[in-house]
Amino acid sequence: MTDPIVAKIEANPKYHELRRKRNAFGWTLTIFMMVVYYGYIALIAFNKPFLAQPLGTGVTTLGVPLGMGVIVFTIVITAIYVRRANSEFDALTKDILKDSSK
Amino acid sequence: MINRLKHLTLAASLMAYGAAQAAGPDMGHVEKQATNWTAIIMFTVFVVATLFITKWAAARTKSAADFYTAGGGITGFQNGLAIAGDYMSAASFLGISAMVMTAGYDGIIYSIGFLVGWPLITFLMAERLRNLGKFTFADVAGYRFQQGPIRAFAASGTLVVVAFYLIAQMVGAGQLIQLLFGLDYIYAVIVVGALMMVYVLFGGMTATTWVQIIKACMLLAGVTFMAIMVLAQYGFSPEALFAKAVEVQTIIAGHAKDAAIASAAAAQAAAATPEAAAKAAEAATKAAAMDPAKTGLAIMGPGGFIKDPISAISFGMALMFGTAGLPHILMRFFTVPDAKEARKSVLWATTWIGYFYILIFIIGFGAITLVLTNPEYADVVKGVLKGGGNMAAVRVAEAVGGNVFFGFISAVAFATILAVVAGLTLSGASAVSHDIYATLVKKGKADSAAELKVSRITTICLGIIAVVLGIAFQKQNIAFMVALAFAIAASANFPVLFMSVLWKDCTTKGAVIGGFLGLISSVGLTVVSPAVWEATLGNPKGSAWFPYSSPALFSMTIGFVGVWLFSVLDRSKQAEAERAAYKAQQVRSETGLGASGASGH
Repeated sequence: MTDPIVAKIEANPKYHELRRKRNAFGWTLTIFMMVVYYGYIALIAFNKPFLAQPLGTGVTTLGVPLGMGVIVFTIVITAIYVRRANSEFDALTKDILKDSSK
Repeated sequence: MINRLKHLTLAASLMAYGAAQAAGPDMGHVEKQATNWTAIIMFTVFVVATLFITKWAAARTKSAADFYTAGGGITGFQNGLAIAGDYMSAASFLGISAMVMTAGYDGIIYSIGFLVGWPLITFLMAERLRNLGKFTFADVAGYRFQQGPIRAFAASGTLVVVAFYLIAQMVGAGQLIQLLFGLDYIYAVIVVGALMMVYVLFGGMTATTWVQIIKACMLLAGVTFMAIMVLAQYGFSPEALFAKAVEVQTIIAGHAKDAAIASAAAAQAAAATPEAAAKAAEAATKAAAMDPAKTGLAIMGPGGFIKDPISAISFGMALMFGTAGLPHILMRFFTVPDAKEARKSVLWATTWIGYFYILIFIIGFGAITLVLTNPEYADVVKGVLKGGGNMAAVRVAEAVGGNVFFGFISAVAFATILAVVAGLTLSGASAVSHDIYATLVKKGKADSAAELKVSRITTICLGIIAVVLGIAFQKQNIAFMVALAFAIAASANFPVLFMSVLWKDCTTKGAVIGGFLGLISSVGLTVVSPAVWEATLGNPKGSAWFPYSSPALFSMTIGFVGVWLFSVLDRSKQAEAERAAYKAQQVRSETGLGASGASGH
């Protein structure tokens, strides 16, 4: 395929900036998510008593806030990505598409 | 003892059992309930409302694009609700709350598994899917490949996943309705099949999406109300709720201990042989050593859910990556106008699903304190529910909101199955009409009207097949089927999609061979796993040669390695051309160039 627009975008340094930034950001957050989730699973697999220890004098265990924490973390990390992608990355993409149609 | 035993069996079967709850709960033994008129009236109201929506949607469904993707006119927020609706199935609602009731904390571990795939879809796939896709995921996976083989693979992957998912849903629907409405199984299955056909046939994606959105709103409102009412009884203190739940479970464990001591004593008195006496004495020691306080407290910590780490990781992978390969979830990315809305929809979906799981945790504990202590709903001595464990959430609804709210929640549970089944059928119909008919048979030259006709005929066929399979599998143990659907999606569809979009050296040959290897190995390994080989096919215990509950860790590896290996080995001219075409695909997937017109609006 020798689409001239594609070639134009390819040659645009902004496109490479977008790729660099977005890939770094996306993969970093992916690694964070994997570490948090599989870390949590590893805690359950190898150190159940840690999660089962009560907080203070009540029956609520450390596992409850941690589990809820993983859920909230999942939502927050998604929000962080979407926020940046929908503002910064989309603006950059718009620029690139505008440049390419000149 | 019963309680102990329950924990043990739960621990042993939780993986396969759990996976089934993604869509169709393994209802265990189901007792038909008295006909519940409140629920039936509520459900009828829902059906009438959705039929009006279908009528409205039908007027707007003129082209194939309208049928497949609602013309691309769904907003991110609406689509997020619809995706969440696909995910918050009757099974996760009833199944996870039941799991929290019996196993406590393990319920939360299980539900987290379903949530963590979403960020990865957002970071790596959502935008590219939207930018390259038109109607089906084959549009994305086959962007630069030879259309024949890749479409054939994608249609197989879609139809196999849809078939297993549909069977699980239909059987689940039949059992659920017996449970909630007191209707016969066969009527329930026919009602689901007929309504689903009407939605899809006339309203296409627009109706399917709106039915899902309405149901999601009703479900979210319902669980919010329930969770607030449960917490209100404990002064909005989760600690007080947990403390009461531990107390209830301790009392139940105490009863179990008393029962065990009594039965051991009886066995000792009746023992005729020295062996029997020794056995009874051993049972007596065991019974005396039981610690009700410890058993009660155990619901607050992780129990038997993660037993062997390989099963846990394998199962986690099926859930995490299977989501990114489920055709009825993927097609929802094509209903929004652009990448921005696609991202928004995943964010909303993740938020609603996470919120839902947190509330389900509270409702499950509410079931312990409000339902297990009520002799009307449960055997309070043994701590088991009347009518099966899956009634936990609906009984909580009855306890906090009376009969009308009970009817409402029952109707919502049924509506949930209906909405999910409609989405599944639509994705199956798209695979046949768009991938096979329009692209393969007509070589992309089919006109919109003919394509629409084929998808409607397929919808009718799929509806009939679903009803027949639902009836055929009524008595089967279908617990493994959704696990299988997730594993196939993770091992066949996901590797092909991922590699074709992100790896420049991927070729048609690699994608098709690797995809089929993933498909065959995931099905094969499931057949020889304990859940099917022993539990369903009746072979002796321990004879299954694949010891883990989910094949994903292995079959996904086979899928990925297959795609890689056969792409690398592919030295044909065609492969060269495909590699050269990657640049253009990449630019389009990353910038959305040429994508805005993709939905034909």
